[in-house]
Amino acid sequence: MDRIMLAHGGGGKAMEDLIKNIFLKSMGNEILNGMEDAAALNIEDVVPSLPDSGDCRLAFTTDSFIVKPAFFPGGDIGRLSVCGTVNDLLCRGALPLYMSASFIIEEGFEIKKLEKIAGSMAKTSREAGIKLVAGDTKVAEKGSVDGIFINTSGIGVIPPDINISIKNARPGDAVIISGTIGNHGMAVLSAREGLEFESPLKSDVAPLVEMVQNIISIKGAVKVLRDPTRGGVAEVLNEIASRSGVGIEVWEEKLPVDPAVLSACDMLGFDFLHLANEGKIIAVVAHEKAKDVLEAIKKSRYGEKAEIIGRVNNSGLVTLKTRFGTFRIIDRPFGELLPRIC
Amino acid sequence: MAGNGENPEIVFRGKNVSVKLRALPDSVPVRIMEVCGTHTMAVAKYGIKQLMPDTIKLISGPGCPVCVTPVEDIDQIIDLAAAGACIATFGDLMRVPGSFSTLSKERARGRDIRVVYSPLDALEIAARNPEIQVVFVGIGFETTAPAVALSIMHAKSRGIKNYSVLCLHKTMPQALRSLLDGGAGIDGFILPGHVCAITGIEPFEFLSKEYGIPGIVSGFEAKDIVESIGMIMKSLRYPKVDIQYRRAVKPWGNRQAQEVMEEVFETSDAVWRGLGLIKNSGLCIKKEWAEYDAKNRWSRWKRSPFAMKSGQVEGKDHKAENRQDSGTRQKSTQFYSKCKCGQVLTGTIEPFECPLFAKVCTPENPAGPCMVSLEGSCAAFYKYGTWKINVRRAHHG
Repeated sequence: MDRIMLAHGGGGKAMEDLIKNIFLKSMGNEILNGMEDAAALNIEDVVPSLPDSGDCRLAFTTDSFIVKPAFFPGGDIGRLSVCGTVNDLLCRGALPLYMSASFIIEEGFEIKKLEKIAGSMAKTSREAGIKLVAGDTKVAEKGSVDGIFINTSGIGVIPPDINISIKNARPGDAVIISGTIGNHGMAVLSAREGLEFESPLKSDVAPLVEMVQNIISIKGAVKVLRDPTRGGVAEVLNEIASRSGVGIEVWEEKLPVDPAVLSACDMLGFDFLHLANEGKIIAVVAHEKAKDVLEAIKKSRYGEKAEIIGRVNNSGLVTLKTRFGTFRIIDRPFGELLPRIC
Repeated sequence: MAGNGENPEIVFRGKNVSVKLRALPDSVPVRIMEVCGTHTMAVAKYGIKQLMPDTIKLISGPGCPVCVTPVEDIDQIIDLAAAGACIATFGDLMRVPGSFSTLSKERARGRDIRVVYSPLDALEIAARNPEIQVVFVGIGFETTAPAVALSIMHAKSRGIKNYSVLCLHKTMPQALRSLLDGGAGIDGFILPGHVCAITGIEPFEFLSKEYGIPGIVSGFEAKDIVESIGMIMKSLRYPKVDIQYRRAVKPWGNRQAQEVMEEVFETSDAVWRGLGLIKNSGLCIKKEWAEYDAKNRWSRWKRSPFAMKSGQVEGKDHKAENRQDSGTRQKSTQFYSKCKCGQVLTGTIEPFECPLFAKVCTPENPAGPCMVSLEGSCAAFYKYGTWKINVRRAHHG
């Protein structure tokens, strides 16, 4: 038997075998192995011995993943589904602790692929230090799901002195991006459409635990953290500006972009600022701490190409200062990215 | 930065770009038009208008193939999808409003509409799914037409019977002539680099020979465009059609592509959204290839939009649907009549001078041709917010 059948979602022996042989085999731990209806988590584990643990808050997030293709250069839907939830927790300054994963699988999906996805989730969650403690599997009739969909939810703990929110940007603050822009979006697109470029593009999908822990430990530095996933850098900058009631000026010369992404964008008529990233953060930090934060990011894994890309102002607009000294607006993407003709 | 009427020569300079221009007296602004969507975008993206002295006015012409596609053509595509065709199209077309819907909306309703990157992809869809009728929407200028012609030739040689092309191609030279005859008052053209890479410069030489206007075939980097503007300024007195984009454009163009086009297409009249009917400004599929012409193939279908026009359609559902549509169709046509895209396309007004701009007419909800495609002049203007920045500057002095 090498493919998922409806029976695998039927709640009987077939399902138990699937869970044991695929999911528990790679992702199992003392909580998950219990196969209870709900994971019981000790409060002391959730709130580790922090000095003022009473003032800690929980961060809780959920995200669904329907990437096509499920396997793309640089990652797969498994790694993506862990990183998405981990990075969302990190963006509130939380330490990621536990997560759940729900699978909706199309009848006929190859079990080998599922094994690969489970393995990659296990590996990524180990890297991120988050524990998979709850899960669910459903099988949908052929044609009603495109291969595999995964939903993950996660819990983390926000230490008492952390106040990171999208509303915190103030004029004068520096804007930092942790690395090159648009790699994930372009890698997935080119894998999906079978586009070939001279140098192969790879997704940046990665859990940024080390990086974020390094920078939030710099006191009074980090005010806003966002991961520029769907909608890309343009969307995040606009969200920050509008929710904080500020403007942002970005310097084109400072934007880190791989030449391969840039030329693919030129060809297809995309703006790299609209492409999704899955292993990057945008940080708004106090001006006087900007260099320290940049250093800390550069020293962290996945952060070597970080740059200070702009400054918060009070214009109410998100603008780009071009290489030629002119200005333009950075607008929000409309939604679906559509390639153009000429 | 700005020109001074007393200087015979000025240098305008941004960071990383500079060009020497022969300045004209301030009272005579030189009007330079680009006629390519990619140029429109580049001018807005790089903020090139901000670098221009007051003596040079850059205008965006009808260079975006999507923008100049009439509402009726979009309606026709939607009707084809409704009649059961699998529509394969470039992505640009998805959000363009017809009189009552868009392809995006129709896809959400369950019509089979697919975005492809090339007509050859569409041909592949047909080859792999012999049970469906694939119609590729052939849109664009001389840049896209050769690949479309090639897909038709491949369909024949591979014996693929379920592939046809709805040919809406347009060609640039006669549109420029029509603009000039209409009194658009243009002093020079930045000519489309991609189009000329195919056609060469011969089809555009009438600009200097008959109208005494220079035309420079330009590349798409800021430096290219700025340099082309410089070349136009220099040849105002002794106009010529020349190439700045020499790394991609040969004076004779691409002979192979021209041959492929000539094999499959012939010249026809075409309707341009915002400009009207222009003689010899379009391409249609030759009789020898009529089998692959969607208009020909689908007119034989009972429920086809082409048959419908001649009033031969029967079948309750479709009729009712159309009756319902016709109310909306009329309404939106009235609404569009306030749109000033015709004047934007001829450079008579700037996008923000249109009463609908950014109020009723936005990229999410476009009312007129210049806003419908990302490469339209209104859309570029809106996206890169030149107007907002100017407003802000004016406020803060």
